[in-house]
Order: sequence, then structure tokens, then C-alpha cells
Amino acid sequence: MKKLFLVLIMGAMVFSFAACQKTIENPVIRMSTTTSVNDSGLMGYLLPEFEKATGYKLEITSAGTGAAIEKGVKGDADILLVHSKSQEEKFIGEGFDEVRVPFMYNYFVIVGPASDPAGVKNSKTAAEAFKLIFDSGSPFITRGDKSGTNTKELGLWEAAGVNPEGQPWYENIGSGMGAALTAANEKQAYTLSDKATYLAHENDLEILLETADDMMNTYSMIAISPKRFADTNAVGAQAFIDWVKSDAARKLIAEYGVKEYGQALFYNLDK
Amino acid sequence: MEFIRTALNLLFGANPELRQIIGVTLRMSMFSTLISALLGIPIGVWVGGNEFKLKGWVTRLMNTLMGIPPVVGGLVVYLLLSRSGPLGSLKLLYTVTAMVIAQVILITPIIASMTANVVSIRANSIRETCHGLGIGNHQRMRLMLAEFRVPFISIVLAGFGRAIAEVGAIQMVGGNIQFKTRVMTTAIMMQSNMGHFELAVALGVVLLLISFAINSFVYRLQKGWQRV
Repeated sequence: MKKLFLVLIMGAMVFSFAACQKTIENPVIRMSTTTSVNDSGLMGYLLPEFEKATGYKLEITSAGTGAAIEKGVKGDADILLVHSKSQEEKFIGEGFDEVRVPFMYNYFVIVGPASDPAGVKNSKTAAEAFKLIFDSGSPFITRGDKSGTNTKELGLWEAAGVNPEGQPWYENIGSGMGAALTAANEKQAYTLSDKATYLAHENDLEILLETADDMMNTYSMIAISPKRFADTNAVGAQAFIDWVKSDAARKLIAEYGVKEYGQALFYNLDK
Repeated sequence: MEFIRTALNLLFGANPELRQIIGVTLRMSMFSTLISALLGIPIGVWVGGNEFKLKGWVTRLMNTLMGIPPVVGGLVVYLLLSRSGPLGSLKLLYTVTAMVIAQVILITPIIASMTANVVSIRANSIRETCHGLGIGNHQRMRLMLAEFRVPFISIVLAGFGRAIAEVGAIQMVGGNIQFKTRVMTTAIMMQSNMGHFELAVALGVVLLLISFAINSFVYRLQKGWQRV
């Protein structure tokens, strides 16, 4: 019996050393990104290519844009990859000489039941569509998590000149995009989604409005400045930014999703 | 029953990523349980086996700590290990070690409290016997560790079950990083967030099968001990 215990402990120690070694492996870039970038599979697709091309190791954590930026504030990321201009500008406005590097975009989409009870299909703009949803009191799921999509959604209500807060048909689930799509699917409700997550998610909802001028969704990178945290991996962050801007990476981004969904999920911004 | 076929395919098919995830899951759960048991059982034996002034308070405190919501435990560990937190210089955030730390905080009170409960039932008679035989306090503790080894195994298993099923805290401090801190539960959460419910349930079945295998192994061990 004693022998078995000894073996167990030794096994445990070997495991722990293995665990320790992994954590000191360098050079590691810690990226904080949004669920839309990660859950759509884009990062999983780019990561091996980036690591192969540069020799860096990329560690990705994902959360809504609000939480993703907060990791930058706390020093738990070397680079942010997010999509909320107002929140990004607030972050770089904190005075550490950081630069926002917009590099790709797609469109937000208004998704909902195929029957489209509010009739948003014929809208010219998202604001108009939101007004129709408000006037008809059709069920709407809001993320309510300060993510980039949530920020955009609140801005659209404002542009529509209405306030859905407190309406019985306006449900705040306080979760990520995937959970919001699942809830919208269950309740046959409308919701605002980024296109990539919607296409990667399995549901019966339909895209009712996209490519309107007020639906553009721009993704940016921000390298955390050494002025903010002296030991941040600024060199690695810059290496990622440089790689993403390279022709090889732009080609990868432009091709992503074409095979699986018959259309690109992200478009490169002009250099 | 599509997900059962998916689960079997996952389990027996060549899927290096899944194997890696299972490896991290087992490493994290076993370590968390081992450390929690090494801390919790002695505490529990001491609290359960002795009479002292603040025993009622200590017992109530342990029982309360059993109910820490995992997310709160995770958040506390996150704030401690964050680079701008007090232990930030250790660079432990988003590592398996961080996940183990969070788990130990959640599981140790459970093991300690259950141990104290088991021990206290027979503590008095053991104390009296020891007193009669002239056995000292130190040796009495060792005697009790041996005496209660069978229920202790069940308690450790309960701790292990908790560790392998945990999701909220380890998502927060581990970050669900692919090939590093992604475990079964966070992978299941991620898949269900993507609406891949079949795959998520299949992963859940795989997780249960692993748990079953471990429990079967320990069960045989326990049976062997009972015969001794």
C-alpha cells in the first residue's frame, strides 16, 4: 500500500513539474480578444499560421469587449483585439501613448425569426429597424454585458430615438453572443449579432438586415504600452500587429469562412 | 441518441486536442484534490477529534466556506494573481497552477468539514480509549487517520468530483486557453455557447466516463482496504 502511495505522489510531482515548465515558456504573447473573434474560429485558424511564421506563442483568452479591455487595464494582456470604437478610444485616452490599429471589419446583423413580425426586412438602416421592433413590441434579446455588440446595440436604440429599457419584450440576459443567439432562437426573438458568430452558431434564426451603413463593425488591435506596464510583451504584440498587416495574413483573413459558409466572415480594411 | 455516438467517436477516435484537454483536466483535478486533502483532512481530524473553546465557531466557519460560490472564489484568485494584483509578479494568471489554487480554496473547506463530521461521531469513544491506554495526543491523531481511512476515501472522491466538475472559477483564472488551460468543463461551456449542443453533451458524456473509470479504480482500492 505504501508503495502505491509513493508512486502516486511521484506521479503527481512529475505532473507538477510539467505544469511549471509550461508557464515559463517564452516568448509568450497574451492576447485578450472578444468572443466574436474567438468563437467564430478566426483566432484558432490564424494562430498556428502566426506561430509558424514568427516562432511566438500566442495565448488567447476571450470575453466581451468590456471585459477584454479590462484585462488590458489590469495588465493581464499584452495585446487587445476588440471591436468597440468608443470603449477603445476611452482606453487609449488614458495617456500611455497607445495606438488603435483598425485592420478588419464585417457587418453586424439583425437576426430574428423568419416570420419577421416587426417587418424589419425592408428597413434602410438599423436604427429604422430598431424603431420598428420597438413600435411592434416584438421580443428582443439584449446581451447586456458591455460587449462591443452590446455597446453598438445601445447606440442603435439611441439613434432610433427610443429607449427599450424596462419594456416587457426587452430581455437582458447578461451573457455572451452565443448564449444570446441560443435565447433568441428559443424565444424566436430578435437580437443584434456580429455576423461571424451568427454563422458559426447553430440556430434557425435568419439574417433580416445587414450591410446597412450604420451596421459596420470594425475590429482593432491595441498593443499595451510598456509605459502602462513595464514588463508587457510589447515586442511580441508589435510582431503580431506586423504579421496581421502582412499580405499572407490578409489573404488568410479574406479567405476565412468562404469554404464553410460560402462567404467571407471578415474583410480587410485598406492598408 | 446522436451524442452517444459522437461521444464514442471522441473517446476512441484519434483526437489529439481532446486527449490534451483530458490530460489538463486530470492533472488539474488530481492536484487540486491531493492538496485539498492534505490540508483538509488534518484540519478536519483536529477539529472533529478535539474539544476546544471556539469549536462551534470554527465548525460554522468551515460550513460557511463550503458554500463559497465558485465564481466568487475565482474572482478573488483572479484579483490576487492579476498583474496589477498583490501576487501579480508571480505571473500565475491563466496557468494550470492558478486553476489549482482556486480549486483548493473551494475544495479544502468541503473536505475539512466532511472529515470533521465523520470524525466527531466517534471521537469521544476513541479519546476515552486512548486515555485509558495511555496513548498521547499526537499518536491519537495518527490512529484516527488510520481508523477513518475508508470514509476519508469517499470524502476525497467527493472533493475530486467537485474539482473535475468545476467551471466558473477556472474559466476566470485559467482563461480557457487552447492547449494550455482548456479543460473539459470550459470546453463544454464554449461549445454550448457556440450552439454546438450535441458536441457539448458528448463531451459531457466523455467527462462522466472518465469520472466513472477513476471511481471504479478507487472503489476496488477501498474494497481491498476494508478487507485488511
